[in-house]
Amino acid sequence: MNPLVELNNITYKAQNKTILDIPEFQICAGEFLGIMGPNGAGKSTLLKVLAFLENQSSGAILYRGEVIPKGNVPLELRRKFSIALQQSLLLDGTVFHNIAIGLTLRKMPKTVIKEKVAHWLELFGISHLAKKNALYLSGGEAQRVNLARAMIIEPEILFLDEPFSALDFPTKIKLMEDFKGIIETARTTAVFVSHDLMEINYLTNRLAIIVNGEVKQSGPTPRVLEHPNSSTASFLNEWKKFYPLAR
Amino acid sequence: MELLIDGIKKAFDMILSGDREVFAITWLTLKVCLISILISTLIGLPLGILLGLTRFKGRRILLLFINIGMGLPPVVAGLWITMLLWRSGPLGDLTLLYSPTAIVMAQILVSLPIVTSLTCTAFQQISEKMLLQIKALGATRMQTLIILIKQLKIAILAAIMAGFGRVIAEVGAAMMVGGNILGDTRILTTTIVMEVSKGNFDIALALSFILLSVALLITAALTFLQQRKRIS
Ligand SMILES: Nc1ncnc2c1ncn2[C@@H]1O[C@H](COP(=O)(O)OP(=O)(O)OP(=O)(O)O)[C@@H](O)[C@H]1O
Ligand SMILES: [Mg+2]
Repeated sequence: MNPLVELNNITYKAQNKTILDIPEFQICAGEFLGIMGPNGAGKSTLLKVLAFLENQSSGAILYRGEVIPKGNVPLELRRKFSIALQQSLLLDGTVFHNIAIGLTLRKMPKTVIKEKVAHWLELFGISHLAKKNALYLSGGEAQRVNLARAMIIEPEILFLDEPFSALDFPTKIKLMEDFKGIIETARTTAVFVSHDLMEINYLTNRLAIIVNGEVKQSGPTPRVLEHPNSSTASFLNEWKKFYPLAR
Repeated sequence: MELLIDGIKKAFDMILSGDREVFAITWLTLKVCLISILISTLIGLPLGILLGLTRFKGRRILLLFINIGMGLPPVVAGLWITMLLWRSGPLGDLTLLYSPTAIVMAQILVSLPIVTSLTCTAFQQISEKMLLQIKALGATRMQTLIILIKQLKIAILAAIMAGFGRVIAEVGAAMMVGGNILGDTRILTTTIVMEVSKGNFDIALALSFILLSVALLITAALTFLQQRKRIS
């Protein structure tokens, strides 16, 4: 497996507090990587560092084996990734406009944008919302727009921070199925933060558990879930009480 | 009451009879005010954005002075410009005192702080997370700026309107640096002051209606721009 993005002795500090301390970590091409951990563990921060959105305090980040100069990430590289942040931060404008924005910024022709947006609206079942102001959407609707906005770019790596948290159960199942299909067809590499073992179990093929800013365990999802190590057992076993794993 | 009706009658007379002098004064008022607010916007918008989005040394002191500047009495602004342009002053060689340019300078001085400060306030309310999200969508710095300006259109236009309100209402500075010279620096507000001091209340009232109409027209245009096409 050749790593797409590689972290080397990364630390991330904010206000003199170390939030991330990661000696080594990789995202490999084609994988669907899950990240789990308690609140405040540093998952969202890790996602932003991996997507070159936040600068690490020390250490190096490599893309396809090449060190990317800190604070000077080429635009073309940034544009290979897309990220749906934990909060759906939508712009004051129509849903159409919000979903189109990644393509608009990349100066795609208008006709192409129209076609693609229509396609993704359809896929997420929100075609009827196209002309609505995105600020007036419900939490679940906003989350779909947030997801569609990230996926329409067809990124090399898709970063998702708890993208299904506000969806009702049937919608979540439906969307997850569709989502899995889309990702597998497009062979998109994806990194996925979630608190939901069901989502993790269904979607990801590798899982990293992060606690207190450190990656405590990582490996194939079923193996991590079945054999937590001494530092992840307490976190994972709580979950397993409620989710007997049948996989 | 009679005075009011006289004033309205007079105003219609003046406008309908196409009084050259009134027309010239109104035109100059419009020109001076629009140029002032345009320049204030051209400087105040970028400055406000810079102050709102970035953190640098001396930023808070600068902001403090700008906020104080919002309440700068026009006569003080007029005094400063007069001293600057006085024959023996630093810019005396330009012989700009008692010219429309001098009025524009004074009006910029009183409106720039308003435009800057209100723009800054608007941009400061953009959260770090929103900035990150826009960057994450693949925006360059320039594109980010354009998105933010569009998002904050309402607040920005409100800042410009507030600045324009100050400029169109201003009289003390215009009197001092312009001198109320007929055909040269006489604008509506200074004419009104003059007519009142001469006891010509009907003319003053008529001019005040014209002034109000001008202010109303411009503000209505800006409001239209501001409130246009807000989808729900
Ligand atoms: N800019 C910042 N300044 C100070 N502290 C920060 C900053 N960003 C993150 N933190 C802190 O770092 C820690 C990790 O935050 P992060 O958002 O990565 O957690 P998380 O694992 O995503 O949590 P959650 O499950 O609640 O989303 C938290 O304690 C947070 O308060
Ligand atoms: Mg988080």
